[in-house]
Amino acid sequence: MVTPKVISRTTTSEALDQGYKWGFSIDIDSDSAPKGLNEDIVRFISAKKGEPEWMLEWRLKAFRFWLRQKQGEPAWANIHHPVIDFQDIIYYSAPSSKKDGPKSLEDVDPEVRAAFDKLGIPLNEQAKLAGVAVDAVLDSVSVATTYQGMLEKAGIIFCSMSEAVRKHPDLVRKYLGTVVPYTDNFYASLNSAVFSDGSFAYIPKGTRCPIELMTYFRINTANSGQFERTLIVADEGSYVSYLEGCTAPIRKESQLHAAVVELVTLDNAEIKYSTLQNWYPGDKEGNGGVYNFVTKRGKAQGRNSKISWTQVETGSAITWKYPSVILQGDNSVGEFYSVALVNNYQQADTGTKMIHIGKNTRSTIVAKGISAGHGNNTYRGLVKIMPSADGARNFSQCDSLLVGDQCGAHTTPYIEVRNPTAQMEHEASTSKVSDDQLFYCQSRGMSVEDAHSMIINGFCRSIFQELPFEFAMEASQLLKVSLEGTVG
Amino acid sequence: MTQTLTKYAGYHEAFQALESSAPKSTPPWLHELRRQAWSRFQQLGFPTARRGNEKWKYTNVAPIASAAFSHPAALPSGAQPTAGRVKQLGPSAPGWTNLVFVDGHYSPALSTQPGQAPGIVVDNLSKATVSSPQLVQPHLARQAGFEDDGFIALNTAFLQDGAFIHVADNRTAPAMINLLFVTTEGPTPKVTFPRVLVVAGKGSQVSLVETYVSPAKSRYFINTVTEIVVGDGANVEHCRLLLESPEAFHVGNTRVYQGQDSTFTSAGFFRGAALARNDFQVLLDGTGANCTVNGLYLTTDSQHVDHLIGIDHAKPHGTSRLLYKGILDGKSKAVFGGTVMVRKDAQKTDARQTDKNLLLSPDAEVDSKPSLLIFADDVKCAHGATAGHIDANTVFYMQSRGLDLATASRMLIHAFAREVIDTVQAEPLRDYLDGLFSQAMPASSLRFGGTP
Repeated sequence: MVTPKVISRTTTSEALDQGYKWGFSIDIDSDSAPKGLNEDIVRFISAKKGEPEWMLEWRLKAFRFWLRQKQGEPAWANIHHPVIDFQDIIYYSAPSSKKDGPKSLEDVDPEVRAAFDKLGIPLNEQAKLAGVAVDAVLDSVSVATTYQGMLEKAGIIFCSMSEAVRKHPDLVRKYLGTVVPYTDNFYASLNSAVFSDGSFAYIPKGTRCPIELMTYFRINTANSGQFERTLIVADEGSYVSYLEGCTAPIRKESQLHAAVVELVTLDNAEIKYSTLQNWYPGDKEGNGGVYNFVTKRGKAQGRNSKISWTQVETGSAITWKYPSVILQGDNSVGEFYSVALVNNYQQADTGTKMIHIGKNTRSTIVAKGISAGHGNNTYRGLVKIMPSADGARNFSQCDSLLVGDQCGAHTTPYIEVRNPTAQMEHEASTSKVSDDQLFYCQSRGMSVEDAHSMIINGFCRSIFQELPFEFAMEASQLLKVSLEGTVG
Repeated sequence: MTQTLTKYAGYHEAFQALESSAPKSTPPWLHELRRQAWSRFQQLGFPTARRGNEKWKYTNVAPIASAAFSHPAALPSGAQPTAGRVKQLGPSAPGWTNLVFVDGHYSPALSTQPGQAPGIVVDNLSKATVSSPQLVQPHLARQAGFEDDGFIALNTAFLQDGAFIHVADNRTAPAMINLLFVTTEGPTPKVTFPRVLVVAGKGSQVSLVETYVSPAKSRYFINTVTEIVVGDGANVEHCRLLLESPEAFHVGNTRVYQGQDSTFTSAGFFRGAALARNDFQVLLDGTGANCTVNGLYLTTDSQHVDHLIGIDHAKPHGTSRLLYKGILDGKSKAVFGGTVMVRKDAQKTDARQTDKNLLLSPDAEVDSKPSLLIFADDVKCAHGATAGHIDANTVFYMQSRGLDLATASRMLIHAFAREVIDTVQAEPLRDYLDGLFSQAMPASSLRFGGTP
């Protein structure tokens, strides 16, 4: 097995002192839909993608359901933002391309490739050396998918969602919307109606995916929302590790990002899903930035299956995200490891839901929140133990660290237990960086900033350990960059 | 508005009757307060919304809102419980000051006041509003605002009687003050609105217990509001005991205000009631205030108990300890919504919040939401929640020592409950509670899942 070497973009130190260094924007003729949303736009998107009738029908059903949702956007989260005008968004924008999509790397727009080079995505020859099969999503349309050969040999399907709809309609039809139905919530309905692209992966029976799959999301065209849809199905006895990394260039107006990710594991299968989210967080005064309203959910459908979410959330003006696991199969396992950092005027309301249905299901939640500047960080999680979940176990731990006295750290766990044989424990603590630890580090010659950085990294260590190695390196660097200027 | 009137026609009639039949001595400000509260209730109604209603997420108050109740305007003229019977209903001890209320109205015949101490006023509220308005008016309805709570608005609209306790600065109330609210059996379901106001002056000390009880097995609705003002450096010990009829609806709101360096200790014990709500909010509004809020709930059959506890740290150097424990049997359901808020100025706060639940039956359900809202950085805050059954290993050990399963599990459940009972300082009260809960300990429906 090739050791995956992911991205080296943040590992050079000179790159770190530039603030948000991924703030460039590419100028490509985008083939955009007009602003606004109606049935015609939904049809336009579907036609653009050359979708079959059933797909269009599904989108329209979702769109009509979305329209009927009188309550509008969910208001229960601890986040504040101006009202979003859903008619003021461009719902489809693709880099102008041949209808059939790029056939090889040479077909990819050089500007797009240059942009990816700046981001450090191993799209070209380096990709193979790095051993990462990247399904790069640039403004909704998958530009190129690398490393197909090796995956094909193993029988693994890894392609863009639009390709999957065309080439593997049976699989898509069987699983799409089974974990996150279009009726699930406001943003999931919206996504179901207008999703433009995303990734699809299918791991066949008894296959261990030889490399780590990776998708790269990036919002490019101004005022365009990004609505990608990811579906990963791990068939019996298979294993896959999936990485998702995000950066977005600086845009003045806030951008909406409403993605849906669905995971399905059958008997004895395992999916490990790691996210590094670094969308543009807005400037120091809280202007601009991405609204990251994402629905992520996995269904551990088979016996002994396992779904593990690991996330490092440092970007976005607002994060609204609850990667969840439905533990349906007996003995299935759900895990959630999270680091969420807010600085300046960032807001995060994130957590997980663990729904225990099967017998002897187990879940572990470890969430670390760091608040700095004027940021507000909320952990919101649900552990639900259904009457059928005999012997279910849950352990939750939520720790918050406050850096500065203008920020907030909140913990709101919901615990619903309906089976006496279940055991669940929740604990949480909130504290600041200890003065004693700081003093000790400084007495050993470290600067205040380095000492803070080290202590905060130590605080997050148990989460970073869950990430693939290079991702973990990058995550700790990202944390350092995101906290710059808050201490010392 | 017409719709609201028809919807709550029964309450409207009762309100009109109350206002028109009010004694002449009723001060105008009290009339005004009731009218404002009534008009606010008409706007708010009962919190029946099932969506986006976070405060009532796990509890549906539609059964209360849709039922019709009659409001007893005065003490029942007929058969009142005898003094001997009353003594059996709640805790009692020699030397205590006892105030007994029957169907919301003060019963002088059943109440006993062994000697007056200087600077201590213990009276019924309808008398105190007339005799000492200068003590009542500055505090009544100040802690329990009715602007955003339908139940408090309704209670305030029907504010007629209840208990008033005033302890002057640096005084110590010599005896435990025992407030007993009895709801009697009647031909139609009743609604009562008891009100309690406790004002503890600077550096004063007072202990009180509120008991809500009924010898009846029938349905009624009791909507209570308790306001407690703990002055700077004062020390208040409070106990709240619910022994309602198994069919009763009980909605209780408690609001506590704490001044600088004050200490407030409360223990709540909950049994009975088909639906019980305990909304308990403490505001630590002085530097160095210290509060302990404990609770123990035992539910069986299809009972439903809902606790909404809030500790609001508004000033620095505060300490709070919140511990709630539940024992759930039958098809009962318990809800715990705890919120510890630490405001921006409240640096050096030390707060802890715990909810522990013992589920004894496969049909019982617990919904726990212990949340922390922290806006200050130099604080120590922690919370924890657990749910589970009795440790099978421990039971096995006890059985190996010759105890039968029922005795072993009973002992373990009892020990679980004792942690809260032991926090009660007054010995007669503690013994009473221990007896009460050890009698009621369920053991029969215990089941152990799988091997240890």
